[in-house]
Amino acid sequence: METASPEIFSSIPLTHYILLSTTLFVIGLIGVMVRKNIIIVFMCIEIMLNAANLMLTATSVYYNNPGGQIMVFFTMTVAAAEVAVGLAIIVMAFKNLNTTNIDLFNKLKG
Amino acid sequence: MNPEILIHLIIWPTFIGFIINGLFGSMLSKTASGIIACAGPLIGFLATLYLYLTNPLLEAINYSYYNWFSIGLANPVNFSIYIDHLTILMLFIVTGVGTLIHVYSIGYMHEDKGFSRFFAYLNLFLFSMLLLITGSNLILLFAGWEGVGLCSFLLIGFWFKNPEYNKAARKAFVMNRIGDLGFILGIFLLAIKFNSVDIVKIQGSFANLSMNDPSIILITILLFIGVCGKSAQIPLFTWLPDAMAGPTPVSALIHAATMVTAGIYLVARMNILFSLAPFTLNVILFVGVATAIIAATIALKQNDIKKVLAYSTVSQLGYMASALGVAAYSTAIFHVMTHAFFKALLFLSAGSVIHGLHGEQDIKNMGGLKKKMFWTHLVFLIGTLAITGCPPFAGFFSKDEILSSVYSWNFWAFVGLSFASICTAWYMFRLYFSTFHGEFRGDKHVWNHVHESSWIMLFPLVVLAILSILGGFAGMPEILSERHFLHDFLKYNVVDHTHHVNHFFEYCLWSVTVLALAIIVWLTYNRYAKSSKEKFELEPTGFSKLFANKYYLDEIFANIFTNPLKRLGSWFKNTFDSKVIDILVQLPGNTLDKASIELKPIQSGNISWYIISILVGLIFFAILFLVKL
Amino acid sequence: MIDKVFYFLSIATVISATLVVVSKHPIKSVLFLVLTFFLISAHYVLLNAQFLAMVNIVVYAGAIMVLFLFVIMFLNLNKEIEQHKSLIPWFIAIISGGCFLLITMSALSKTELISSVEHSSSLGLVENLGNVLYKEYLLPMELSAVLFLIAMAGVVLLSRKEKIVDTK
Repeated sequence: METASPEIFSSIPLTHYILLSTTLFVIGLIGVMVRKNIIIVFMCIEIMLNAANLMLTATSVYYNNPGGQIMVFFTMTVAAAEVAVGLAIIVMAFKNLNTTNIDLFNKLKG
Repeated sequence: MNPEILIHLIIWPTFIGFIINGLFGSMLSKTASGIIACAGPLIGFLATLYLYLTNPLLEAINYSYYNWFSIGLANPVNFSIYIDHLTILMLFIVTGVGTLIHVYSIGYMHEDKGFSRFFAYLNLFLFSMLLLITGSNLILLFAGWEGVGLCSFLLIGFWFKNPEYNKAARKAFVMNRIGDLGFILGIFLLAIKFNSVDIVKIQGSFANLSMNDPSIILITILLFIGVCGKSAQIPLFTWLPDAMAGPTPVSALIHAATMVTAGIYLVARMNILFSLAPFTLNVILFVGVATAIIAATIALKQNDIKKVLAYSTVSQLGYMASALGVAAYSTAIFHVMTHAFFKALLFLSAGSVIHGLHGEQDIKNMGGLKKKMFWTHLVFLIGTLAITGCPPFAGFFSKDEILSSVYSWNFWAFVGLSFASICTAWYMFRLYFSTFHGEFRGDKHVWNHVHESSWIMLFPLVVLAILSILGGFAGMPEILSERHFLHDFLKYNVVDHTHHVNHFFEYCLWSVTVLALAIIVWLTYNRYAKSSKEKFELEPTGFSKLFANKYYLDEIFANIFTNPLKRLGSWFKNTFDSKVIDILVQLPGNTLDKASIELKPIQSGNISWYIISILVGLIFFAILFLVKL
Repeated sequence: MIDKVFYFLSIATVISATLVVVSKHPIKSVLFLVLTFFLISAHYVLLNAQFLAMVNIVVYAGAIMVLFLFVIMFLNLNKEIEQHKSLIPWFIAIISGGCFLLITMSALSKTELISSVEHSSSLGLVENLGNVLYKEYLLPMELSAVLFLIAMAGVVLLSRKEKIVDTK
């Protein structure tokens, strides 16, 4: 299938994509730091992962290297597996502690 | 024979005896141990004799073993031996009297379990004394000085299970050490001034010094402080009576014949230096006279045989110091020689008495012993006559020489010394009559077991008695003989101040001496020969109390020096150690403890806190990295 | 024209992500996250990474978010509304996050674009990606299959009911 060559290079420099990715990443980071509900924290981690994926894709297109997109492929794979296992752990923890407030997940306190 | 071989034979046999007895003594039999120990000084004596006989006009031998160290001085300090006439004389005295005392000790210490240890210490002592006498530089002399101090400590505290004896040993060592401080400072100043510590070189470089040079005065005063410690002058003499805690042969060897004369030997050796500082000589004279008087008065009221003899030793050392103080060095050495004979004799016969009475030392429990111990009584009488200066025994000649030399220098010193002579005669005859005459005042059971000592103890006594009789003829005064053997012997090594003595004065002195002696013998015979036990147990009053309590000097020293130091020590232990040092030492541990308690909340279990801290740390390091610190 | 699309999409993405973080209701957060994923897929399409756009929607919005929703419903969290009591954590987070943003931007903006790169228009198509994947990156792909197996086994193991052991 033939497609037009993306004109994105001419108008938008790579730094814009970098800025966008970093902003998304920082938003996710803030969410992880601030939110108390563990499910929401997990979701903010997903935002961070996606921001990284976006930047990988952008640089792979701008440098004409398919390796970046392959890496995104694998990242998504690992993210899926991680979500599965993580949610299983959260469910079991909820069964024990009956709460999702991460301030109360402090049994490893020194 | 080569002089070097003779030198080896003089010095090393005693050291070898020390090693053998020290390491293998428990495996040897008592006889073998004793023979090995006595062989040391005997070989030394014979070697000295041979050396003298083959070499009568001895020029000095200087033999160096090896270069010990040479830092900064023009002359390196060698382990080297220097032998001249003065050394030969001292060697005769030390090895001769030493051999006799070793033989005596075989009998005296026979039942003691520490037999070989005793002989090991005695041999080590003799070796250190030989080093002291023959050392060619002051460092080696000081090494011997310290060695005899150490052996004195070991031997005084020989029966170490008794804490009182240990205290006495410690006291001797510490007081000795105080004197040593002055000695060392003197050596340092000498090294600075003459750029050498070699005795011959120092004595030789006096040409450009004036009389009463302040540095020489300082050096000689410091050296004299060392002499005070070792030779028991005021105020460092209180260790000597306490040192009677050791066995009697130790008292005889160390505190009569050899160690205490080391100080006198030092001054005689450095005679030129001392002659250049008349101020110091006056100090020495003053101290010597004071020592003689004070010790003689204390001895008047003591009841222990050995303590009387100890104070007598201090008093005689005062005499020797007075002789040094009038720059009559060879006279002092003469008195050293005669004193070695009669004092060793007195101590050994007192030991024989103690041995015969199975350990009794108090004269209030003695009396009438001449019936059962004839030979001991005879030699003790000879010793008493010698020490009191009865002609023609040895003490007469040497004491007379000292008195006349002092008279020609300073009248009042002469008066003091005469008074001390009278006291000497009084307390010696008091001792003699109380011990050997009259009725026995002790236990009947003890009286039945009193016996004369064995021949092995009597033989040295007899030899010493003969020497006490004949020893004086080595130094006859001008009136009787042209030649004074001792002065001639020493005249190349010791430069005396010539004292011109009036002949008339000499005759007067002699007659007064004999007359006073006769009066004192009669008085003490009446007073003490027939006295009962109660007389000795009377509480002394007035002056007697002062004498009997040794002028309270022990208490004074304790309060001024010992007790404040003890309090300082206990203050350090209780307050400083527990409050300051413990806190300092525990500081790292306590800090870590508290810090860990403070830092524990970091691990709070709070996830968001962890993430925030990770992020803050990351930002911090990123800034550091970007700003390129 | 394209840059306007880009700007619109990026602003929408940022707003959507912010709403995820800020929402009090968990269901609202989930929904806004799904929207964010869709917008990011749109970015991928803009970059001509078609395969990734599809995979993003299918995997993330389709599988992962469904899992999240499932767990939220399962734990009955839709009834709990989180209270934001104090704003101090927000301040700390925003400030440190802002610092991090500044630092990262200043570091990354120094990257130089190699202008001599020849741009191919078919990068991002399934055939090309598949070629690269199965030729150069074969091993990681097989290993990711193993990873899935392990994850599945792990989840089953974790969710087992613990037998109550009699402590006698």
